[in-house]
Amino acid sequence: MNKIWIIAQREFFTRVRKKTFLLATILLPLLIFGFYALIIYFSVSSDSYKIAVLDKANVFTEKMNGKNSEIRFEIVNSDTASLRASIERKEYDAYLLIPEGYDVLGSDSLIFRSSNAVGLMTREKIEKRINNILEEKRFSKFDIPKQRLDSLQRKSEILYEGLNGSKDGESKAGLSYAVGFISGFLIYIVLFVYGTMVMRGVMEEKVSRIAEVIVSSAKPFQLMMGKIIGIGAVGLVQFLIWGVLIIGLQLLLPLFFPELLDQAQSAQVMQPGAVQAAQSNGAMTALMQNISQINFPLIIGSFIFYFFGGYLLYSSLFAAVGSAVNEDPQDAQSLLLPVTMPIVFAIVIMMKAVNNPNSGLAVFGSLFPLTSPVVMMARIAHGIPDGVPLWQLLLSMAFLIIGFLGTTWLAAKIYRTGILLYGKKVTWKEMWKWAFRRS
Amino acid sequence: MNVLEVKNLKKYYATQKAVDDVSFGLAPKSIFGLLGPNGAGKTTLIRMITGIFFPDEGEILFNGKKFDPVNDVIGIGYMPEERGLYKKMKIGEQAVYLAQLKGLSKGEAIEKVKQWFIKFEMQSWWNKKVEDLSKGMSQKLQFVTTVLHEPKLIILDEPFSGLDPVNANLIKEEIYKLAQNGSSIIFSTHRMEQVEEICDHIILMNKGQKILDGTVKEVKQQFKENLFTIGFENMPEQISASGFDVVGRQDNHLIVKIRDGNKPNDVLQYFLNKGVGINAFHELLPSLNDIFIKLVEGTPLSRQFEKINA
Repeated sequence: MNKIWIIAQREFFTRVRKKTFLLATILLPLLIFGFYALIIYFSVSSDSYKIAVLDKANVFTEKMNGKNSEIRFEIVNSDTASLRASIERKEYDAYLLIPEGYDVLGSDSLIFRSSNAVGLMTREKIEKRINNILEEKRFSKFDIPKQRLDSLQRKSEILYEGLNGSKDGESKAGLSYAVGFISGFLIYIVLFVYGTMVMRGVMEEKVSRIAEVIVSSAKPFQLMMGKIIGIGAVGLVQFLIWGVLIIGLQLLLPLFFPELLDQAQSAQVMQPGAVQAAQSNGAMTALMQNISQINFPLIIGSFIFYFFGGYLLYSSLFAAVGSAVNEDPQDAQSLLLPVTMPIVFAIVIMMKAVNNPNSGLAVFGSLFPLTSPVVMMARIAHGIPDGVPLWQLLLSMAFLIIGFLGTTWLAAKIYRTGILLYGKKVTWKEMWKWAFRRS
Repeated sequence: MNVLEVKNLKKYYATQKAVDDVSFGLAPKSIFGLLGPNGAGKTTLIRMITGIFFPDEGEILFNGKKFDPVNDVIGIGYMPEERGLYKKMKIGEQAVYLAQLKGLSKGEAIEKVKQWFIKFEMQSWWNKKVEDLSKGMSQKLQFVTTVLHEPKLIILDEPFSGLDPVNANLIKEEIYKLAQNGSSIIFSTHRMEQVEEICDHIILMNKGQKILDGTVKEVKQQFKENLFTIGFENMPEQISASGFDVVGRQDNHLIVKIRDGNKPNDVLQYFLNKGVGINAFHELLPSLNDIFIKLVEGTPLSRQFEKINA
């Protein structure tokens, strides 16, 4: 036990003290944050577009500009020739011509002229704005007041509920989907990244020929477990730092971009009709409610369990492969395939399970220990018992524990032989023999 | 009492009898040569002694008690033939780590490493990495990490391979010193001239079996062929004697083989009677190299794979 501890410490500290670790751990969130900021920057600060309206039919009123919108209309009394000149002087970006005797109920066209080609996005926004105004005009022609219009257009809400009356709103389903998907995907990445790290560590020991020196002092099993535990600790520390950094930066984001909040407000104002705005406000509070409905302690608890369970299960397999590989990293590729296949399967099943957490495939995938770490996270995001019955969760955990004891035992036997074998290309058939021969 | 007692040790693989019924004892303070061609089973035998492999059959006694791989490793220092160090790890830390794995506490380990580094003039290496060292330097470091915890039993597999004569001598001196200070050393090699120089006792293995066991002197006596070389002032012309045959002739020297039942004195008598001036006469003992080749010759150079029913 003591030796596993000494080995794990070495594995941990040699990795954590490396420059690459610091770079990856601290730079990555900064990079993500920077990327984020860049996207927001570009989406917030799109240029305003100024349109002169030459309204010969008196359809438009002065009130058509929403606050803070990028597209501004300005009614002018002029003629096309002078407008053309003012566009060339860059006073306006374009002008809109409403011909004399234009009938809002008819199907006449409006003419929009600009010096530069108009982008698709801008075009859509302009059309939407103009059509909104025209629509209102049409309704007022029939004397339909605004309020009635809103009630005409209102959609009925359907309340999705579980049998016991628990709320299962759309936004909650969406949120569960997102949480399930993200946590499943994270575990998938963990298995790959740290599994490969374990494999490379074992290969390093073989290539640098220190394996035999070490196994004359410690048992091969201790060496393997020490390595797995040490690298697991590296993973945990890395994840913690990432988590803290990402959350911290997320909170800082509004400080750097105060426009972001304005943008959210103006988006609401832009929608015509107060009722709709109220509805979207309601959706926001519903989302907040749903977030509080999701059982985060359960999800975080299971995430940690499946993080470690899956890591222990797979890293021992990766260690076994690493021990069988000689200097040539190409060998690793072919030997690795049977190990990586189930992980890839798991992510495929996870995509299905996150939509339909109780399908047969999802149930199988969440119980089978080679896929359960990824798949179960997708189901558990939907909660107990909607996404997964408690007994299945417990069974899956039990299977995972049995599974990792099994793979560790198996891998230890392969590892013991492989680590001392040099210069021979090993096949899976041989590794199978090492695992099951009597010692 | 012997430090190490190996009794009827056997280890069979699927296609080879790697070690087939080998027994030997290792006296305290002795330097013991474990010889044999490639694939004779030396490494497998050593791996059983160091607890890396379990023997199929037989017994290993360490300090008179049954060998316990978990607790006895502190008494053993092993430098395998396939040896290396972590390339990216600092040298001081690495030596401390390896000592800790042997069972030393961190404090003890640091102290011992410092002592040895001073002894080998390696103090300035502490914060360097192994990849910065030359081959000879890393071999020295490897040797230090092997003997650092002052083991009773030191096993060195080809310790001089890749070393220049100066560094080889340095390590050779250190091996003598360790033996004087009470350690027993197993020295595995197929470089016979080193064995003749260093070892007190040797065993020779071939095809998994022990085919020779004894001190270097005994072995040489055992394989002597009654060859003598005689130096003359003037080479005699005609030689015809009943007691010996001439097997070689070289400038002013003759190599003669004495027939059974005759003595060296008979040879001298013959030449004295002929009135030839003799200026040298001595026995030609076979070198270990000759013995090794003689014993191993005739067996296929590489071991053949065979079916084992064990």
